[in-house]
Amino acid sequence: MDVVVPAQCVTLKRMSEMIGKETLVVVGNGMVGHRFLEKLVDAGGLNRFEVVVFGEEVRPAYDRVHLSEFFTGRSAEDLSMVSEGFYEQEGINLVLNEAIISIDRKSCEVNTASGITQKYDQLVLATGSYPFVPPVPGHDRENCFVYRTIEDLEAIKEAARNGRVGAVVGGGLLGLEAAKALKDLGLETHVVEFAPRLMAVQVDDGGGAMLRRKIEGLGVTIHTSRNTRQIVDGEGAVHQMQFADGEQLNTDIVLFSAGIRPRDELAKSSGLELGERGGIVIDNDCRTSDKRIFAIGECALWSGRIFGLVAPGYQMGQVVVDQLTGRDGNQFSGADMSTKLKLMGVDVASIGDAHGNTEGCLSYQLIDEEKEVYKKLVVSKNKKKVLGAVLVGDAEEYGSLLQMMLNDMRPPENPAELILPQTDGSAATGLGVAALPETAQICSCYDVSKGDLVNAVAGGCMDMGALKAETSAGTGCGGCTALVKQVLDHELTELGVEVKKDICEHFPHSRQELYHLVRVGELKSFDEVLAKHGKGRGCDICKPTIGSVLASCWNEYVLKDQHAQVQDTNDYFLGNMQKDGTYSIVPRVPGGEITPDKLITIGEVGRDFNLYTKITGGQRIDLFGARVEQLPEIWKRLVDAGFETGHAYGKSLRTVKSCVGSTWCRYGVLDSTSMAIAIENRYRGVRSPHKIKMAVSGCTRECAEAQSKDVGVIATEKGWNLYLSGNGGMKPRHADLFATELDDETLVKYIDRFLMFYIRTADRLQRTSVWMDNLEGGLDYLREVIIEDSLGICQELENEMTYLVGTYQCEWKTTLSDPEKLKRFNHFINSDESDSNVVFVNERDQIRPATHDEKIALKQL
Amino acid sequence: MTQVPAANQVPIANKVWTTVCSESDLIQNLGVCALVEGVQVALFKVDDQVYAVDNHDPFSQANVISRGLVGDLEGRLVVASPIYKQHFDLSTGQCLEDETVALNTYPVEVVDQRVQVSLVSVTIEAA
Repeated sequence: MDVVVPAQCVTLKRMSEMIGKETLVVVGNGMVGHRFLEKLVDAGGLNRFEVVVFGEEVRPAYDRVHLSEFFTGRSAEDLSMVSEGFYEQEGINLVLNEAIISIDRKSCEVNTASGITQKYDQLVLATGSYPFVPPVPGHDRENCFVYRTIEDLEAIKEAARNGRVGAVVGGGLLGLEAAKALKDLGLETHVVEFAPRLMAVQVDDGGGAMLRRKIEGLGVTIHTSRNTRQIVDGEGAVHQMQFADGEQLNTDIVLFSAGIRPRDELAKSSGLELGERGGIVIDNDCRTSDKRIFAIGECALWSGRIFGLVAPGYQMGQVVVDQLTGRDGNQFSGADMSTKLKLMGVDVASIGDAHGNTEGCLSYQLIDEEKEVYKKLVVSKNKKKVLGAVLVGDAEEYGSLLQMMLNDMRPPENPAELILPQTDGSAATGLGVAALPETAQICSCYDVSKGDLVNAVAGGCMDMGALKAETSAGTGCGGCTALVKQVLDHELTELGVEVKKDICEHFPHSRQELYHLVRVGELKSFDEVLAKHGKGRGCDICKPTIGSVLASCWNEYVLKDQHAQVQDTNDYFLGNMQKDGTYSIVPRVPGGEITPDKLITIGEVGRDFNLYTKITGGQRIDLFGARVEQLPEIWKRLVDAGFETGHAYGKSLRTVKSCVGSTWCRYGVLDSTSMAIAIENRYRGVRSPHKIKMAVSGCTRECAEAQSKDVGVIATEKGWNLYLSGNGGMKPRHADLFATELDDETLVKYIDRFLMFYIRTADRLQRTSVWMDNLEGGLDYLREVIIEDSLGICQELENEMTYLVGTYQCEWKTTLSDPEKLKRFNHFINSDESDSNVVFVNERDQIRPATHDEKIALKQL
Repeated sequence: MTQVPAANQVPIANKVWTTVCSESDLIQNLGVCALVEGVQVALFKVDDQVYAVDNHDPFSQANVISRGLVGDLEGRLVVASPIYKQHFDLSTGQCLEDETVALNTYPVEVVDQRVQVSLVSVTIEAA
């Protein structure tokens, strides 16, 4: 990021005067401040304003909502909210690591800690909040932390190295997040809460009790109704927390997470109006008592309330953007504080009047001790309105209940139906999306209404991936994903778009259905599948698809007579056809590890057959320019030297890239190469809906780039972190962190299950990244299926994979031993000649295909 | 073609037939390529009928049609180019994706198990 020095600021001001722009200064570069700028850019605000932003931290805005993921492998860069080059490209001057110490409202200037003075025409305060630390004696001892910035987390991480026990003061939303972080760091974790229950603001007694039970089940000790008197030297630990009731707790780390307070000191010193208990007072336009100064986010006090969530901060940002760009009418009118989140794997949701404080209201409760689920629904006296709800352990109904409340929709005659499970075990009925008004807000992070989604679908977004990309819905906290999918499905049906999943005219079935039919019907050939479930002769779509499905189920030799006719040329000739009709050859080099002797063999083969050689991105060597009749000879040499086919031609596992790991690298913590080789050898040859790439890194420096692979494994000191569904290529996707600190056995078990589940359910040629984007329920659902075995299929998936692993064969080895098959490797059936159209010329001491003109010129010679 | 027939060529009803292989060399739904007087011809056996078209793919300029997948689209028997996947009607050579492009088709006969191709090509006029 460019750091603007004072001289430039001055120049800038003069320039902006010259070109007639006003100067907008933004103080604070947190989530709300950044989102405000994005919206300003979208609204064309940069045509009116020269923008200067001051951030006190060293980094541009990052995602504080997902801060605890910093401990499970997400780096500061991963958490960043700023797309690369955003500030530079838009010409916004971002000054980081620079606190504003005063505002001179008379001369319209702000002054920074290092002495920069910046004039403003309009000023936006987005200073956020700070964690409240109760003033108990000893609160400022060493190893007492707050939980707010990446620097805080780094310090906690460092302290955790030498500690054994950690205690969080505060059992609210953030406190439980912080407890998760301590747990992830391997500490014995305690939560100390002043109130008699957890999340006292959001949930009621019943919900708090169930939440406590679930979190204690995860190995965290909860202390409620505990008032910390002082913190002193510990016994066998760094600190001892002494409570009002005489009890005490020895701990090495104390983490305060007892709520937030608005950062209003700057406003205070400059004489802006504050609330009695702090907060910069704003009106419905988000203006402070000075008309040139706005305040947004957690520092702002609207109607006596501070909003400690990002969504209301984003709404305030939009209001200010509208003011600044001259669009009237949009005012801030408060925000719904309903929340849904996953705390330490436990779903918790709170909607509206969760405590049932409304006069005369009725409430319904469901307590399922077996499944550890608690649900409460609050409705109005006349049962015509949903007022609030609490959901713990299962928050499936969050979306529909929230919509009912926000849109004043009438609940059914017996409102309890909204939270009661159906007798067949499925989720409660709730309410169809059809009943929602167009204005219903579906995604609160990005303020996407049902109408926005409907328009996007009408405009051509036909799947979740496209809809998310177009509207941003579901890309913030992800809480609305299921609802977005329902709107999508409903709209497609409404539009008369038959959600047609037939793979082609020959089969009225999706790939997923065909997989099921093949497996259940034990169908063993394309002809059988066609006779039972299709019509016609098949085509170049259904033949390879079913060939792949058959291989995924039964793993027979792909050139077996009944299978040969359905294979694409690549699978048929076990090579990758290039533009001139020759093939490229990629021997398997598991984990990228290769002996000098084998390298020499590849070199000799390349030289003897005059092949073009290139190192691939997957740590192996590609040999180009092999004529079809040369393939058996080349492969005989390779197989004799101990090589196997690399399946570069197949929709199957390509490579498992690795770094040298702990064996050689001074930073490596686990043996990534051995793991990569083991994984590659396990899944080699498994046919899947599309190609699969994997990687294993030996430490979090991530040299193997595992987070861009379908399956990525990263070593930590406590085991393997597993990332899924990443992708490079045309549409890069950062892999999702699926599970952490796994031992070898569990790692392989999860990958087995993941791959077979993907193979079972994906569409034709759908990579794991797109599959994941379209998976209803997303990552949480996948975890339920693979880790918690919610569908009861894990044993089946593992057995299927075990079968595939056990029946692996090197297709080239098998082919070389079958003279009948080898006969097919001739260009002509009636001549030993080569294809005269395959012509090479030399470039950089290797062959390349001749161009059309070069061929003509060579012929004339 | 008014050449003097070579030893393996037999003129039948003013066509010059070249024997390229035996019928048992052809596998249902799989293609092979035969060299006929210097021309590359792709042969496909479908339901015991043999079809002969150019092996040269007009889109990629590579000789690869014999390595394409055979199937039917809306009732028309087709082969898909293995390079860019255009479909060609096996009976007429017509490209389904581009009406201005067609492969040459060739008369082919099976006599006493011998597969014979004639180079008297039947060309479809580009529409």
